[in-house]
Order: sequence, then C-alpha cells, then structure tokens
Amino acid sequence: MSRLLSRRSALVVGAGGLVAACDRVAQLPAAQQLLGGAEVAHRGLQRAITARDALAVEYRPEQRSPIFRANGTNNPNTPDYNAHAANRFADWRVRVDGLVTRPLSLRLDQIRSMPSRQQITRHDCVEGWSAIGKWTGPRLSRLLDPAGLRPDARYLVFHCADAIGGRPYYESIDLIDAFHPQTILAWALNDRLLGVPNGAPLRLRVERQLGYKHAKYVERIEAVASLNPIAGGKGGFWEDVAGYDWYAGI
Amino acid sequence: MTRSIHRHRLATRLWHWVNAVAVIILIGSGLMILNAHPRLYWGRYGANFDHAWLTFDRFPRWVTIPQNYNLALARNWHLSFALVLGFGLLAYMVASLLNRHFQRDLAIRRRELSWAHLTADIRAHLAFRFHDPEAPGDYNVLQKLSYVLVLFGLLPLVILTGIAMSPGLNAAFPWVLEVLGGRQSARSIHFLAASGITLFVIVHLVLVILAGAVNEVRSMVTGRWRVPE
Repeated sequence: MSRLLSRRSALVVGAGGLVAACDRVAQLPAAQQLLGGAEVAHRGLQRAITARDALAVEYRPEQRSPIFRANGTNNPNTPDYNAHAANRFADWRVRVDGLVTRPLSLRLDQIRSMPSRQQITRHDCVEGWSAIGKWTGPRLSRLLDPAGLRPDARYLVFHCADAIGGRPYYESIDLIDAFHPQTILAWALNDRLLGVPNGAPLRLRVERQLGYKHAKYVERIEAVASLNPIAGGKGGFWEDVAGYDWYAGI
Repeated sequence: MTRSIHRHRLATRLWHWVNAVAVIILIGSGLMILNAHPRLYWGRYGANFDHAWLTFDRFPRWVTIPQNYNLALARNWHLSFALVLGFGLLAYMVASLLNRHFQRDLAIRRRELSWAHLTADIRAHLAFRFHDPEAPGDYNVLQKLSYVLVLFGLLPLVILTGIAMSPGLNAAFPWVLEVLGGRQSARSIHFLAASGITLFVIVHLVLVILAGAVNEVRSMVTGRWRVPE
C-alpha cells in the first residue's frame, strides 16, 4: 500500500510539476509566439465561419440585469472632466480625425440629435461576468461617413478622457466592426443619460467583443493605418498593459 | 506463461497523449480564468449584484496555469489548447469510426446493461479484478460507460459551452445560447462538465495504478499489453 501511495503522490507531484513547467515554457519566446498565435487563429476561424454583419443577440426589456455593473474607471476625475460633468457635458466635443478627408468636431447635442439605434445587448467582461442593458446612440458610421475615411485607413482608435495609473485609456477596432450595424456611440443606458460610472457622456458599443473594447468617455476617434505607433502599440490600454488579446470576440 | 496482446491502436494512443496534455493545461488555465471572477450564475446575465449559485475563494497556485494571477496568459493557454482539444477530438472520432475502435470496443451490448451484469462488474471492481479472464482485451461495462460518457457527453459539452461563451460566435450561432439557457448558464455548465472530466481523470489515474501502472502506461505508448495471469 505504501508503494501505491508513493506512486499516487508521484502522480500528484507530476501534475503539479506540469503546472510549474507551463510557467517555464511560457517564458520561451517561441512559446509566447505560439500562445499568442491562438488569437490570430481564433480570429481567422471566427471570421471564416461567421458572417461579417451577423448581429449580436438582442434581448427583451424584462431580460435586462436589475443593476448594470460598471467596471474599470468609475470616474475619470480630472479637473477638465469634472468641469464638463458639472456642466452636464454641454460643451463636450468628439473629434473625428486622422486619415479622414474632412475632420469633424461634434458637440454632444449634435450626436444626440442624430438618428439613433436602441439595442438591448449583453456586455461580457473578460473576467467572466455578464450584464444586459439597453443602449441608445447613433451608429458609428453616422460619424464616419461625413468625415470620409481615406483608403489607407484600417483601424479606428478611440481616445478616452480617463487614465489608469497615469496611462490614458484607449481602444481600437477594425473597419469590419466599425461599420457593423450594432456598433454605436451610446449616450444613454436603460433610457437614462449615460452615468459617469458607465462612461458619460459617450461610450463605444462593439457588441460582438468583450467589455474592455467598449471604450468609455470617448473624446476623439482617430482613423489610422497601423496601431503600432499608438501608445504601447498593441491597440488598446489593456492590450498594452496586461497582454489582453486585441481581438476580443472570444 | 505471460501473453501480450496489441491493445490500443495508433490513433487511440496518439490522441490519448495529446489530449492528456491538453486537458491538464485546460483545467489549470480554466481555474485561473475562474479566479478572475470566482462566481457562477444561472441564466443570461450574472455579475456581482446577482445571485450566484456557487462561489469560490481563489484556487491555489499549485493548480492554476500560470501560477501567479495573470488572466491574459491563462486565456492564451486556454484558447490555444481549446483548439487542440476540439480538433483533436474531431480527428480521433473520425479515425475511431474508420478503424472501428468505437464499434468494436465501446459499443455497449444490451446484456451488459442487465442488473446482474452491472452488479457483477461492480463487485469485480471492488475486488480489484478489472479484466474478464475469458476476453481480457475487452473493456468491462463500467469502463465502456465512463468512456462513452466522457467521449460523447462531457467533452462535446465542454466544447459547446466554451463556444457559447464567445460573443463573436454568439452573433453567428445564437441557437447555441438558446439551447444552453444563456451565457452564464453556459459558463456554469462549462465548469460542471470540466469538473466531471477532472473526476474522470482522477479515477482513471487511480485505476491505472491499481491495474498495474507500468503495463497500462506501456500499452498506451507501444500498444502492447501484457495479459494478467
């Protein structure tokens, strides 16, 4: 029996050793490339087997979460932002610039008066929780069309008014998601003007991706040809800081 | 006196080891992902204000991949080996239909499910007798039932519930979520199916040891299995 026990403990040690070995393997550059390749493989597979304009599931009003959890920055709390908040964002402007033929600077009331879309969708955090809420706002294409993307524009970068640990928050999406019918710049959640914890006055909704892609406190939308020159070069705050995947459809 | 037979086909052996590595990495990285939000819910939504049916403290570092908290790296491990698990299972299933492994070794016959046969097999297990002396190469009925449950139940379920958690795939295949009762239900079922697989792995390892680890492991490497006297 003791031989049995020692064999069994050898197996346990073996399994524990494998867990530890994984950490050592993950430090090898080749392994990092391989593991990071999963993102590319999943994105390729998903884009290959799904329609580009497939719509995220929309829910009925009674299927919403009783409380919509806010996450990340709960208040940018900069003097500039606080002044805008005190003024109910009346002077908030969103610039659309970069690789566009006609750069725009839009007031919040101009955005609110655009034809808007209402959608009750599920917000999935990378950590695992989900919340369902109703969002209102114009399709992003309503801003992009008048600005006119230049042919070399491949991504849209969303610059935000908040910073985490001194680094400005930003996110980016490609043109497939930018022109998707459910990609909107939301100014209301559950029929009320967007609150500060949820990204007032404007937040991006990219309904087929995880929560960290949904940039809050959006103040500038920049069309770019490449994500490399921007901040850490990986296309978003969490991508740069924590190594999250740029494609967050899984 | 000792006699040996060719017990496992090449496709079975290859898939066994590829899958063994994948399953262990998926369990470890899955527990790290669960550490990011160690609460499980039923239904479409579920966050801190909602009722959780199961909550955990953090899983300890000796079972998680990586050992220190790192959600991004855990997801990289998990999503890489999810592809190995899914496509590996598919390839193994096709091969096992073609080489008739499923039909020959896993098909459960009606008489094997009789009460008398089942209780006899349970008694034999309790006496540490795992092989029918008449046909030592055959799987016993408990073995067949657990392999069938894992191969055609738990593994497909863990893959389907994994697919159901992808917001990108939800848009393309909304019926998957409908079948499972919502994303948070899918996440809970994913955990339960993975727990079932973990239990299978533990029982499997114990039985390998009880049946003679060297002989059993060798048979899964070379295919040769020494028939117990």
